[in-house]
Amino acid sequence: MKAKGTVFRYGENVDTDVIIPARYLNTSDPKELASHCMEDLDKTFVKRVKSGDIIVADKNFGCGSSREHAPIAIKESGVSCVIAKTFARIFYRNSLNIGLPILECPDAVDGIRDGDVVEVDFSTGTIIDETTGKRYAAEPFPPFMQDLIAAGGLAGYMRKEAKK
Amino acid sequence: MGMTMTQKILARHANLESVHAGQLVMANLDLVLGNDITSPVAIREFPKFGKDRVFDKDRIALVPDHFTPNKDIKAAEQCKCLRQFAAAQDITHYYEVGRVGVEHALLPEQGLVSGGDLIIGADSHTCTYGAVGAFSTGVGSTDMACGMSWGRDWFKVPAALRFNLHGKMRKYVCGKDLILHIIGMIGVDGALYRSMEFTGEGIGNLSMDDRFTVCNMAIEAGAKNGIFPVDEKTVAYLKEHGAKDPVLYAADADAAYEKTYDIDLSALQSTVAFPHLPENTHTFDDMPRVKIDQVVIGSCTNGRLSDLQAAAEILKGRTVAEGVRCIVLPATQRIWQEAMHAGLFDIFIDAGCAVSTPTCGPCLGGYMGILAEGERAVSTTNRNFVGRMGHVKSEVYLASPAVAAASAVTGYITDPATIQEAT
Repeated sequence: MKAKGTVFRYGENVDTDVIIPARYLNTSDPKELASHCMEDLDKTFVKRVKSGDIIVADKNFGCGSSREHAPIAIKESGVSCVIAKTFARIFYRNSLNIGLPILECPDAVDGIRDGDVVEVDFSTGTIIDETTGKRYAAEPFPPFMQDLIAAGGLAGYMRKEAKK
Repeated sequence: MGMTMTQKILARHANLESVHAGQLVMANLDLVLGNDITSPVAIREFPKFGKDRVFDKDRIALVPDHFTPNKDIKAAEQCKCLRQFAAAQDITHYYEVGRVGVEHALLPEQGLVSGGDLIIGADSHTCTYGAVGAFSTGVGSTDMACGMSWGRDWFKVPAALRFNLHGKMRKYVCGKDLILHIIGMIGVDGALYRSMEFTGEGIGNLSMDDRFTVCNMAIEAGAKNGIFPVDEKTVAYLKEHGAKDPVLYAADADAAYEKTYDIDLSALQSTVAFPHLPENTHTFDDMPRVKIDQVVIGSCTNGRLSDLQAAAEILKGRTVAEGVRCIVLPATQRIWQEAMHAGLFDIFIDAGCAVSTPTCGPCLGGYMGILAEGERAVSTTNRNFVGRMGHVKSEVYLASPAVAAASAVTGYITDPATIQEAT
């Protein structure tokens, strides 16, 4: 499985309140949430983002609230992958549980610039910055998490496990 | 290698002899929690987990506390979704407006959490229950749906940081100052993926409310959980609130801690986190004069009775400064009633404060005290991110109830010790 798109590059500690502000949490409709994605950090994001685009950010991405509305808004906006140095732990598990691909790769974060075109190969963890020609290797997921992703998220995984 | 408190609880609930940091386990759950923001998504996901009924109607808590009493039509629809699900599944611990309180103050008060429990909640501040010696952690809505369906969920066993507490805090210094001090020291990702384990003889000098506040904000250091050992105060608290007897898990002598921090409680000072991260802490030794527009006293962090008493002690016989709004939100109905009977509301109202029904409202910028452009608030809540309590260009300063009350009186961020000495 591969993803390819233009990079939106953000800094450290991007919190769930800027990914999807609480004033919009009176709904859980993915389309409505996506229409406000990143609004308090980057008002232009929603207008510019195209299907397949990639968010690259520094450390502790998704810190703060447990709101699954944050990865849901990002996924629904068309983003194919988030690459960060580290992820806040609830955001990390929420993303895996709903099938939003995320990768931790500090080297890639340091090398990739806003607007670069990047290709990600999830099976190998290889990240290629087509704009600069540089390649990076992300830690592959442990087997359990690969099973989780292969099952399309936690619901599929638990149903599959129950049949064993 | 020995295990930490957290690791022992996880091992027991995963039916394993031992576990080690980094191990992925499936563990059984004692309690699954959700609120009116996160539960609708979990309820939508629930059918996908292949079960018609919840795993145990007595071990799920549905607490509509964020946008209640319903702030608008959409919020009302979300609460209706919880209400209907609770009725259809015959959920025992569903709390309607009139009985509901801020979830992390409500559940311990109702005796639903105990030492040694494994608890997940679709709310990041679920880590609060580490105060009673539980392993308790915030998760998302899909996890909540998984927990409601199967009574178990996956966990990555965390490594641990140890915070060894000595001595006793001075007057006007409380659990909020301790946890802000720690976050200022280690940063908002200083405990990322890890458990924060509190040890040392200083623990005995912390009230249960202090411990709730400390564990509540473990997430603000990125931690998976915060946890205190069970002592006489814990046992007395659990008994008073009708909780089941705790199961004791002491850390092994050779338990692995990545790092140990020694903290002298007597050296702590009133601490304030400046915008826009909880790690931007200042004490009054290096505090610029910050003029404020609003004060919020409440939330799952500091909306308990002792918090209201600390605020009332400062506000008694004084008035809120001109141009400042001070909003007090007792966290549960019981706290509300106790505060009323103790005469605290007379003090607050005479001072010019507004007293609200229990709600998370303003803490997350929902309602009941939203900030306009350029406004500043001192708040006893837990987050001061950009736009957290309102306009993107508003500012939140996190502080203890005593600092918040003193600031309400003067109109700028104020050390409660100085205001008391001045009169």
